[in-house]
Amino acid sequence: MSDVLAVAEHRRGELRDVSYELVTVGSEVADATGGDLHLAVISGDVDAHAEALNLEGVDAIHTVDHGEEFNHDVYAQVVEQVYDAVDPQVLLTPNSVNGLDYGPAVANALDLTYVSDAVGVEFDGSTLTATREMYSGKVETTTEVEAESVAVSIRSAEWPATETAGDASIEAFDATVDEDAVKSTVKGFEEVGGGDVDITEADVLVSVGRGIEEEENLDLVRDLADALDATLSSSRPIVDNGWLPKNRQVGQSGKVVTPDFYIAIGISGAVQHVAGMKGAENIVAINTDPNAPIYDIADYGIVDDLFEVVPALIEEFEG
Amino acid sequence: MKVLVTVKEVAAVEDEFEIDGTAIDEAYLEYDLNEWDDYAIEEGVQISESEDDVEVVSVTIGPERSEETIRMALAKGADRAVRVWDDSLEDAEMLDVEAKTNLLAAVVEEEEPDLVLSGVQADDDGFGATGVSLADEVGFEWAAVVNDLELDVEGGVASVRRELEGGVEELTDVDLPAVLTIQTGINEPRYASLRGIRQAQRKEIKPMTLDDLGLSADVAESDLEIVDMYEPETESDATLFEGSPDETAGQLAEVLRDGGVGQ
Ligand SMILES: Cc1cc2nc3c(=O)[nH]c(=O)nc-3n(C[C@H](O)[C@H](O)[C@H](O)COP(=O)(O)OP(=O)(O)OC[C@H]3O[C@@H](n4cnc5c(N)ncnc54)[C@H](O)[C@@H]3O)c2cc1C
Ligand SMILES: Nc1ncnc2c1ncn2[C@@H]1O[C@H](COP(=O)(O)O)[C@@H](O)[C@H]1O
Repeated sequence: MSDVLAVAEHRRGELRDVSYELVTVGSEVADATGGDLHLAVISGDVDAHAEALNLEGVDAIHTVDHGEEFNHDVYAQVVEQVYDAVDPQVLLTPNSVNGLDYGPAVANALDLTYVSDAVGVEFDGSTLTATREMYSGKVETTTEVEAESVAVSIRSAEWPATETAGDASIEAFDATVDEDAVKSTVKGFEEVGGGDVDITEADVLVSVGRGIEEEENLDLVRDLADALDATLSSSRPIVDNGWLPKNRQVGQSGKVVTPDFYIAIGISGAVQHVAGMKGAENIVAINTDPNAPIYDIADYGIVDDLFEVVPALIEEFEG
Repeated sequence: MKVLVTVKEVAAVEDEFEIDGTAIDEAYLEYDLNEWDDYAIEEGVQISESEDDVEVVSVTIGPERSEETIRMALAKGADRAVRVWDDSLEDAEMLDVEAKTNLLAAVVEEEEPDLVLSGVQADDDGFGATGVSLADEVGFEWAAVVNDLELDVEGGVASVRRELEGGVEELTDVDLPAVLTIQTGINEPRYASLRGIRQAQRKEIKPMTLDDLGLSADVAESDLEIVDMYEPETESDATLFEGSPDETAGQLAEVLRDGGVGQ
C-alpha cells in the first residue's frame, strides 16, 4: 500500500485546471496499490478550494490557511511538513510555472528523486514508471525510478480532470511557517500582451515560427496573411527576438486561440506552443521536418520548404 | 559582486534520426549552447556592464567537447569559466537533477557568488529543475522563470518578474544571494564579436574533478533509469499533400477555399 500526496494549484482566487488533473493521476497511482490520496491546499480561500476538490478518489484534504497567493518559501515549508505527516511514497506537483518554483526545492530538501514533466505515470508499489519527452518532443522515454520516495511533476492537460464529487475528510493542517525563512515577497501581478490586435478574435491565423530565420522574411508571411484576409500570430522565439509584439504570441505564456484555421509555418509544435492552439478547428502545418510534433495535431500538412510553399500559396490567392 | 552563470551544452536531434538502445545514435546529434543559458549569460554580462566590480564566472558540467560551448560564454563576455568533469561522470548513464545539484553546489561553495543565473530548462533532457534544486541545496533564495531583473546590490534584493501562464507576470522581490532561472526574451543575447572570440582564447577554463570538489564518485549515481526510448506513436490523421510546391499549395488552397478562407 502506498499513499500519494498531491499539491493543488490556484491563482488569484481560482483553482487551476491542473489541480483536477492531479486528482486523476493521484487516484490512479493510489488505487493501483490500495493506498490513499491526500491533497494539500495551501493559501488563498482554502475552504472553498478544498470543497471544490472534494472529488472521487480523494481520501483526505489538508488545508493550510496562510496568505492569499502562492509564495514559494511558504509552499516549500508547508509541503515538507505535510509530507512528513502523511509520509506518502509519491509526491505529485504540477509542472506549471509555480510548480517549477517549489517542486525541485522540496524534492531536494526531502531527498526525493525528482522526475519532471511526466506525461504518463504508473506505479506498482515499488517502482514508479514515468513517460517523459526528450529532445523537444521528438522522442519519448520510459523512465524507471528505483526509489523509496519520489516526486513527480505532471504536465498539464495530459490527464482528464476528475469532476465527480467525493467524500474526503477535510481538515486544517497545523503548519508552522517560519517567517524568517520567507525571503521573497510577491508584490503583485501584471497582465501583459494587450494592444491593438486581439488574435483570439481571429477566424484565420497565419502563424510563423523560427523556421522563418530572418526578420526580413516576415514580409512573406505578412503577404500570405493579407492574401487570406487572416491575422498574423507567432510562436515565442519571434516575440523573444522582438520581431513581433507580445500580443501576437500563441502558447502557454501567450494567448490561447481557437480559430477556424490555424496555419503554422516553420513552427515545431513544442508543448508550450500547442497549449495555445490545439483547440483550433483546422490545423495546417508547413514544416520541412516530417518528425516535427506539430504533425501529431495537424489536420493538413505540407512537408516542404516554407520559402517555396508560401509564395506558391500567395500566388493561388492573388494570382 | 560575483555572478555565476550555469551553462549546458545541449544536443539537438536532426530531422531524421535513429535510436540506438535507450539513446539517440550519436551520429544524429548536434551540440550547441542551451538557448536559455544564452539569455542567462547575456543577463550576467549586462550586470557586469552596468554595475562596478562584477565578475562573471561561467560553469558547466560536461566532457571536453563542451569547452566549445563554454568558450562561447567567454567570448560573449564572461570573465572566466569552470568545467567540471571526471571519469566517473563519463560512465554515468545520466546526470539527474540530484547529481547536478550536488556538483554545482560544490562549485557554489568554492566560488561564493552573490547571484547564480541558470536557464529555465535544458533543451535536451529538460528537467526544468536544476536551478531551484541548487538554491535549496546551498541555502540561497530563488525565483523560477524570470523574464525581467532589477538588482539592488546595496540593498541585497533582486526585483524580478516571473512569467506565469496566460500572459500574467508576477512581480516578486527576492533576497540575495539567490538563484534565478532565466527565461528566453529577458534580453537580446549578443553575438560574440571577433574581438570577443580572440579574447576568449586567453581566458581561463578551470578544469575541476570530483576530487577537486571534495566529492566522491557516488555523486553521479542515479535512481533514475531510462529503460526505453521510442518515437512517440503519432495520433496524427493529418492529410499530407504531396508533390511540387505548386501542387501542394494548390491542394491546400482548395481546402482553405472550401473552408471559406480568402473568399
Ligand atoms: C515556461 C515556458 C513557456 C513557454 N511559452 C511559450 C509560448 O507561449 N509560446 C511558444 O510558442 N513557445 C513557448 N515556449 C517555448 C517553446 O518551448 C519552444 O521553444 C518554442 O515554441 C519553439 O518555437 P518554434 O516552433 O518557432 O521554433 P523551433 O522549435 O526551433 O522550430 C522551428 C521549426 O521550423 C522548421 N523549419 C526550419 N526551416 C524551415 C523551412 N525552411 N521551411 C519549413 N519549416 C522549417 C523546423 O523543422 C522546426 O520544426 C515556452 C517555453 C517555456 C520553458
Ligand atoms: N550539465 C550542466 N552543466 C551546467 N549547468 C547545467 C547543466 N545541466 C543543467 N544546467 C543548468 O540548469 C538549467 C536547467 O537545466 P535542467 O534542470 O536540466 O532542465 C540549465 O539551463 C543550465 O543553466
